[in-house]
Amino acid sequence: MSGQSDLELVNKKGIRLDGRKAGELRDIKIEAGVLKNADGSAYVEIGKNKVRAAVYGPRECHPRHLQDPTKAIIQCKYNMMAFSVSDRKRPGPDRRSVEISKIIAEALESVVLTELYPRASIDVYIEILQANAGTRCAGLTAASVALADAGIPMRDIIPAVAVGKADGKVLLDLNKEEDNFGQADVPIALIPKTDEIVLLQMDGNMTRDEFDNAIEMGVAACHEIYEKQKDALRRRYSAALKEVEADE
Amino acid sequence: MERKQVGAREVVVPGDLLDDGGMRPGNGAYVLDGRIYASRLGVRNVSSGTVGVIPLRGRYMPAPGDMVLGMIVDIGPSNWLVDINSPYPAPLHVNEVPWKVEFGDTSRFLKIGDMIMAKILMVDESMKVQVTMNDSGLRKLEGGRIVEISHSKVSRVIGKSGSMIQMVKNMTDCRIFVGQNGRIWVDGEANEAGVTVEAIKMIEREAQTSNLTERVREFIGSKIGPAEE
Repeated sequence: MSGQSDLELVNKKGIRLDGRKAGELRDIKIEAGVLKNADGSAYVEIGKNKVRAAVYGPRECHPRHLQDPTKAIIQCKYNMMAFSVSDRKRPGPDRRSVEISKIIAEALESVVLTELYPRASIDVYIEILQANAGTRCAGLTAASVALADAGIPMRDIIPAVAVGKADGKVLLDLNKEEDNFGQADVPIALIPKTDEIVLLQMDGNMTRDEFDNAIEMGVAACHEIYEKQKDALRRRYSAALKEVEADE
Repeated sequence: MERKQVGAREVVVPGDLLDDGGMRPGNGAYVLDGRIYASRLGVRNVSSGTVGVIPLRGRYMPAPGDMVLGMIVDIGPSNWLVDINSPYPAPLHVNEVPWKVEFGDTSRFLKIGDMIMAKILMVDESMKVQVTMNDSGLRKLEGGRIVEISHSKVSRVIGKSGSMIQMVKNMTDCRIFVGQNGRIWVDGEANEAGVTVEAIKMIEREAQTSNLTERVREFIGSKIGPAEE
């Protein structure tokens, strides 16, 4: 978020470095049920981001003192692979990944019907295979598809997207350059049914008007991602139906 | 395939609208602003004014009266701890077994790793589960093998009023016990038992299709011959 660069992030025509317009998302690919040994899993690509999420549970809560007799707890681990960024990322948890794990777990807790599984734990593992800005959003998007794939009862599926500001303009779904040399980065996640915001952070600064504009953009984009998430789950399970019907 | 027809097969994901008034919410459904939404991944199911979701995935949740297959995972002086393939382990008290067990003598009767047939005695609101072996036919399982399938496919393995399982039993001459928790015990001649296990896996794989009983019959027939001598 240095904001100091000669790089022209948005040209005079309002086109960004990767050819997108201000309110345009990167290409998104979502697949559900990609891992065999996890109870639920998902793979998400958003532009150059590649994320895999796995869900186990509900199962017995392991460090016993974390158990909650009234509801299940959600334990989340966000991890970046050593090769996910251009300079090798030192493996292991660090301040940033602990923070991201916590906010993702809290966002998921707002939709999962945890009261159905007292004393249990639902474990979510998010692995970032390749990072290009907006990995926490991609991670949360993948995690909620994986939760649904695991058959865990939840009110809705959560989509997430980052909005930001670069070259003085509000942009949707920042890429690496816009994130590094821009002026603000605002990840948003919401419950599409009620438009309740379950994750909102801001790094950098924006004016009030820019922020309102950013939120509006983010909400619309989340609904777009939401459709892709649902589509991924439907594809996965209707494919199983078709496959067998073809055998007959 | 006709859609929206009552009872029509339709895959729903969490948050999908099931009904906007008139019906009652069943399993896997919740109400928001008078509309009924799905709370889990599955197939939409309507029966007598109630709309719900038949889950396609998910863990087994114990319910009182369920017959399950459990594995002993821990032994206490007056009870055993049984893994019933659910998020919660179930204690089996010495009063709930068909033998007379002295205090501290529990490990003589059931050892860690033993498989038992058990019935869920009770489940309270904090999901404390208790199982019993005091019911006809419940016993420790000796020999045979265990197949694990998704618990949501158990009803398909059993079939309408037991038609599927009866057919498999008759054709393979194996002893089979199906636990509600998705564990199935199969015992018989090595070859027949192997075919039975394959047949069960086939039922799990193709659970959503129609005319499955016929195809399973053909499958078993092709492996070991159509009928007994």
